[in-house]
Amino acid sequence: MQTEVVTTKSEGAVPGNGLDRENYINAKHGIWSWLLTTDHKRIAILYLITITLMFFLGGAFAAGVRLELMTPKGDLVDSDAYNKLFTMHGIVMVFFFLIPSIPAVLGNFLIPIMIGAKDLAFPKINLLSWYIYMAGAAFFMVATLFGGVETGWTFYTPYSTAFSHTNVILAAVGIFISGFSSILTGLNFIVTIHKMRAPGLTWFRMPLFVWAHYATSLIQILGTPVVAVTILMVAVERLLKLGLFDPALGGDPILFQHLFWFYSHPAVYIMILPGMGVMSELITAFTRKRVFGYEFIAISSLAIAVVGFLVWGHHMFVSGQSTYAGMVFSALSFLVAIPSAVKVFNWSATLYKGSVSWESPMMYAIGFIGLFTIGGLTGLFLAAMGLDIHMHDTYFVVAHFHYIMVGGAIFAYLGGIHFWWPKITGRMYPEYWARVAAVLVFAGFNLTFFPQFVVGYLGMPRRYHAYPDEFQVLNVMSTAGASLLGIAYLIPMLYLTWSLFAGKKAPANPWGAKGLEWTIQSPPTTFNFDHQPVVTEEAYAYAESHDTSHDPAAPPAQAHA
Amino acid sequence: MWSFPLFPDQASTLASKVDALYFFLIAISIFFSILIAVLVVGLAIKYRRRSDDEKPPAIHGSLLLELTWTLIPAGIVLVIFVWSAEVYFSAVRVPKNAIEVQAVGKRWMWKIQHMTGKREINELHVPVGVPVKVTLTSEDVIHSFFIPAFRVKKDAVPGRYNTMWFEATKTGKYHLFCAEYCGTKHSGMIGTVYVMEPDAYQAWLGGEQAGASLAGAGEKLFTDLACITCHRGDSGARGPDLAGLFGKPVKLASGETVTADETYLRESIVQPAAKIVEGYQPIMPTFQGLLSEEQLLQLVAYIQGMKAEVKDEAAAPAAGAAAPSTGAR
Repeated sequence: MQTEVVTTKSEGAVPGNGLDRENYINAKHGIWSWLLTTDHKRIAILYLITITLMFFLGGAFAAGVRLELMTPKGDLVDSDAYNKLFTMHGIVMVFFFLIPSIPAVLGNFLIPIMIGAKDLAFPKINLLSWYIYMAGAAFFMVATLFGGVETGWTFYTPYSTAFSHTNVILAAVGIFISGFSSILTGLNFIVTIHKMRAPGLTWFRMPLFVWAHYATSLIQILGTPVVAVTILMVAVERLLKLGLFDPALGGDPILFQHLFWFYSHPAVYIMILPGMGVMSELITAFTRKRVFGYEFIAISSLAIAVVGFLVWGHHMFVSGQSTYAGMVFSALSFLVAIPSAVKVFNWSATLYKGSVSWESPMMYAIGFIGLFTIGGLTGLFLAAMGLDIHMHDTYFVVAHFHYIMVGGAIFAYLGGIHFWWPKITGRMYPEYWARVAAVLVFAGFNLTFFPQFVVGYLGMPRRYHAYPDEFQVLNVMSTAGASLLGIAYLIPMLYLTWSLFAGKKAPANPWGAKGLEWTIQSPPTTFNFDHQPVVTEEAYAYAESHDTSHDPAAPPAQAHA
Repeated sequence: MWSFPLFPDQASTLASKVDALYFFLIAISIFFSILIAVLVVGLAIKYRRRSDDEKPPAIHGSLLLELTWTLIPAGIVLVIFVWSAEVYFSAVRVPKNAIEVQAVGKRWMWKIQHMTGKREINELHVPVGVPVKVTLTSEDVIHSFFIPAFRVKKDAVPGRYNTMWFEATKTGKYHLFCAEYCGTKHSGMIGTVYVMEPDAYQAWLGGEQAGASLAGAGEKLFTDLACITCHRGDSGARGPDLAGLFGKPVKLASGETVTADETYLRESIVQPAAKIVEGYQPIMPTFQGLLSEEQLLQLVAYIQGMKAEVKDEAAAPAAGAAAPSTGAR
């Protein structure tokens, strides 16, 4: 199929589409050039492929869960199979999709470029973290092939250590190993951001995407070791009958919950903070405007990372933890809501007097604001101790965290993938289909998860294979929504794949956006920049530049170079 | 009317308090969701791109606005926090006049014991208008005792006693769920709470006497297991005196002081070496695995009751002191 190059009126030095020139994709050939690459962009592609597979695997498990819940009776699969479905949905989505998603794909690809560097600080460690991730995933897949695991993704003790007859240790080892991938990625980002910024790129000139990843990386390197040790303790207790968590052996099951949530609540911010970083990029690019309250958005990321470490006890209000501990955790949980609210207000205010374009990435961004707002507000319900007694472990909780994890993190991921797709692949995707998919994802998502708030307050506990008849109508709505959502997720898969072969060739800066990544050709060359860029202005300096630099009308901005 | 419910029954004194907070939060949520939606969609339409040459002004921000949308949400969450803490306290403070029930979670059933010794499985009969305190534990994994119509839930954790309470306000049948995932038949670990008129409740309770009361069963165990040979209460006894112990501080050999609550008593039976009372030797054998959770609860109920008897004796001058060995329990 003939492809048309959307040419830029480029004047010599200004790069446009790089597909016919040397770029990071065609620089080397052969499978080993990918599997042994140390190019951050190629590693991002490796992650993109693997986490996409994981996403659809996790989605398949979710489909099983939703189909079973169409009817009150447990009639599609038996109880053990159902318990495995929701457990493996959770493990795959949390540990093998959401945690690596934005950092390992978009962060890997973009952070060096955004700060004007050739690569991350430790390119080989970057490759190593992908292999570690793959090793972890391999252990988990082996656990799946041997029959899976059914402890819930939370591995609560003593169930996981003394009662489950499934592949707890294999799955635990998989998670343990993949945690190191996360730690190394975080470490790499932190060093890179500290040491490799281009001349002139001060901290408060960095794109907010970089700030968000910096905050995320802090959590990754401080929190992940704790869950690694905890998971290891589960395996040790299971294997050696060492009394750590099992009261029959003299252990304390509540200790496990403290250790687990000490990581796993901050892990929620590992999943959402990068999404917030993507949001700041999308909102500014599609309003062509400086972000409102840059410093407040930047600092709020750090505030979320820090306070997020001190709220874990809100998962344990009904566990028998002391009332006063509960109060402190409740108060801190309310506190962490504030920096999130600050971000939402600042993004909204950025639209004011902007030049707002409703292209597909922006549709995801607008969807994110709405869904994240609902997710955040319903978090207040759960932080409220008196209410949480009733809502804890019901579908209200399930709905709440899906609004954050899907409505937030996945919307940001999809928005980001669309936004940077031309940069990553050098191809444009069909905008019409992208908009159709964005609308369907939004509709399907809400139909799936909004009824769960209602059924949760009615009292339907989560992780129920069968349920009383009166909950059926809401569950059928949820399953109908999930079907729509499942189809909607496949559409981008199809047109993005199609675009790789037949999409229009993308110019360097199809959106007229600011940021160093838009000053280089699409797809970039192996070393990103021909010359060391020098940064002379703040991020999102749309008003300061003398052209809107929108291809093909104008040549891309060279303001930074 | 609805063909399916959208809101749970309100059947306890707590329910209306929880629901009031719930509605307040819904109001706040609707307000902010609509505010944000109108703001975002409205601005995105009003300032939609009309030409590619548009050059929006650079607006750096506004400290005043930042303070506004930091402080107003902070004030709102402070109100929610105080209100929710108040609801929480009323949910955890057990009224003095509560009748007691013990519930033991076991995969996949709830075993209930009433103080009279009456037992039931996956059913809980309670009187309307009377506070009921439920002492919870588990024989295996963590379960959670959840009655949506009462807005109460508490985990049943193996190795410790958690308590919760409710006062039913409406007679009828209500769901009892296990809310903490506990394995294969987790969703089958459900039961029914029957809220009855006090008369009907008394009739039910007395209907079929299942033998001794809980404390009575505990007393029998206390003798059968020969606890009484050491925990005699006289000065030469090898074990600490248990009379009047419940609820009191206990000085340990380690120098710590703990309160003799239900969990402490249970631990001292199952793992006597865990906490040694000052002045005593760690010679008590463990009863781990020898007693079911129900039997442990019976013993605890008995030891708890030893307090009242001693008080009576103390009230009778000199008599108790003269015959310590008989008065020990």
